[in-house]
Amino acid sequence: MTQRTINSIRHFLAVALIALGLAAPASAQLRVRVDEGNFQPTPIAIPDFQVTGANGDLARQIVEVVRADLASTGLFDLQNPASFIQRDLTINAEPRFADWKIIKTEGLVVGTFEDLPDGKVAVSFRLWDIYGGELMRINGEPGRRLTTTPENWRRIAHKISDSIYQRLTGEDPYFDTRIVYIAETGPKTARVKRLAIMDSDGANQEYLTSGRSTVLTPRFSPSAQEITYMSYEGGKPRVYLFNIETGRQELLGNFPGMTFAPRFSRDGQSVLLSQAQRGNTDIYIMNLRTRESDRLTDHPSIDTSPSMSPDGKSIVFNSDRGGSPQLYIMNADGSQRACPSGGRDTACRITFGKGRYSTPVWSPRGDLIAFTKQEGGKFYIGVIGTDGKGERLLTEAYLDEGPDWSPNGRVIVYFREARPGASPQLWSVDLSGRNERRMTTQTDASDPAWSPLLQ
Amino acid sequence: MQTFLKVTAAAALLATGACASQPKPVEEAKPAEVVVPQQPEVKPPVVESSIQAGSLEDFRVNVGERVYFGLDQSSLDSDDQDILKRQAAWLSSYPTVRVLIAGNADERGTREYNLALGEQRANAVKEYLVSLGVSASRIDTVSYGKERPVVAGSDEQSWALNRNGWTQIVSGATS
Repeated sequence: MTQRTINSIRHFLAVALIALGLAAPASAQLRVRVDEGNFQPTPIAIPDFQVTGANGDLARQIVEVVRADLASTGLFDLQNPASFIQRDLTINAEPRFADWKIIKTEGLVVGTFEDLPDGKVAVSFRLWDIYGGELMRINGEPGRRLTTTPENWRRIAHKISDSIYQRLTGEDPYFDTRIVYIAETGPKTARVKRLAIMDSDGANQEYLTSGRSTVLTPRFSPSAQEITYMSYEGGKPRVYLFNIETGRQELLGNFPGMTFAPRFSRDGQSVLLSQAQRGNTDIYIMNLRTRESDRLTDHPSIDTSPSMSPDGKSIVFNSDRGGSPQLYIMNADGSQRACPSGGRDTACRITFGKGRYSTPVWSPRGDLIAFTKQEGGKFYIGVIGTDGKGERLLTEAYLDEGPDWSPNGRVIVYFREARPGASPQLWSVDLSGRNERRMTTQTDASDPAWSPLLQ
Repeated sequence: MQTFLKVTAAAALLATGACASQPKPVEEAKPAEVVVPQQPEVKPPVVESSIQAGSLEDFRVNVGERVYFGLDQSSLDSDDQDILKRQAAWLSSYPTVRVLIAGNADERGTREYNLALGEQRANAVKEYLVSLGVSASRIDTVSYGKERPVVAGSDEQSWALNRNGWTQIVSGATS
């Protein structure tokens, strides 16, 4: 992607974006297309829910979170409630489609909120296709009803957002998730780095470590219950496991050298990592049950940043065996594979562009690899096909580093130092390169990693 | 490129004129005017007579505790080797001293790759000292990657200073 293309994308970002499905005939159901080049967010309306009981504030907060979630995708234009004509919506009756067409609403969410006798709260909602003139069933049901304790209200909101997003775009959900990252404070020459966690929308920020030891590069387990990361605990840089519920930290393995760059295997049974010994870094896989490790690369060059394919068969990693850091793919069992560039080898290089490539992360969908690229004094976040074709750069800054995927493979989170000397912040971008957004954190932040969808 | 950057680093640390012709930032070895105030150990000239032999200050001022690497390099050139020869000689004079060699990288690389690069640099320093007769058992290494910059700047001079191998005395020096 050229500089100019990136700039022109930036210009679009101010406007919010994306295609709609619904310039089509009324018989076609409302469908928000995430990949179309026609940048027109789909107008949707989410009026306040009908409230039964005394918890009206909570009901309004839930609706606000849903609106914010959907707006954050850049795919939807959340209409101003002041413009709504129909004010007597009820969940069991058809809306007056004509009233909503006047303000050009395409999708309408109608919901109720109830206090239950046992202290819990219940939220029900339905989704209407205004131009199609029909109810949009969700998983075959006319609507959805979610019950939880009041303090868990944000998760209800994210689940509603997920349902609406999934129904309208056909993409898998990703709002009911968390992001772990490194919270940074203090001067650059004496930085304090703590493990921190927050909801996908930046709410509920929490610190998981004290900052006594520098910690780096956290990554979630597939169960979202554990994090693996690197810590300088006791002065020695090693990979640890951290249990989010218990707060317990556990050293992983008994490696003589420095261990770093950890990432869970797709089944959660193993951790891939690098060990550096006597000046040489190679990749290992450690089985978490048997605690035995296998060496996966044995090369005098640096081999690091391993990431496994969703089918568990391949591993993409970073190596400078070709003279500069580039991306390579190997079979998870170390056997020879047919390389896209021809021939067979135990590691196939997939990047051949100008510049240095690092931090590869395999998409949850399996077809793409996100990376950091460094060229000409700039850093970029990009994606490339697993065959080394179709490289696209999505972002550019003084430093853009460390991409990770939303669990649906649609959004990439990374960190940015916008200018020389600027402090690091978390950002996200749509896979299309649109909708670049800063994520708000309480402190400077780096090394973000996205959790799987919560259970 | 490598030479240029090293000279730039030297120029950042040394006074103008005669010193600037030095190819390496051997700032601790000579009285020099400081132009990078953030670097804490670069202090105004120290009067040698006040330094006790075998002390941390002796090592820092009269031997030199850092060697500097070229972009993406972990090889030692002759200037690095000169500093490390002085370190080895000093360590042989004070056989109870133990050192920790930290390998550091500049901020223009990604975190994990730089951790690997820092380890490569620390190990290059260690192996050279060992080749000069320093017992490997007296030397520990650690990589800080880009986590522990010596100076905070975001420019060529700062990056050159931050690509270093830093021999730190952890015990055994006279006080």
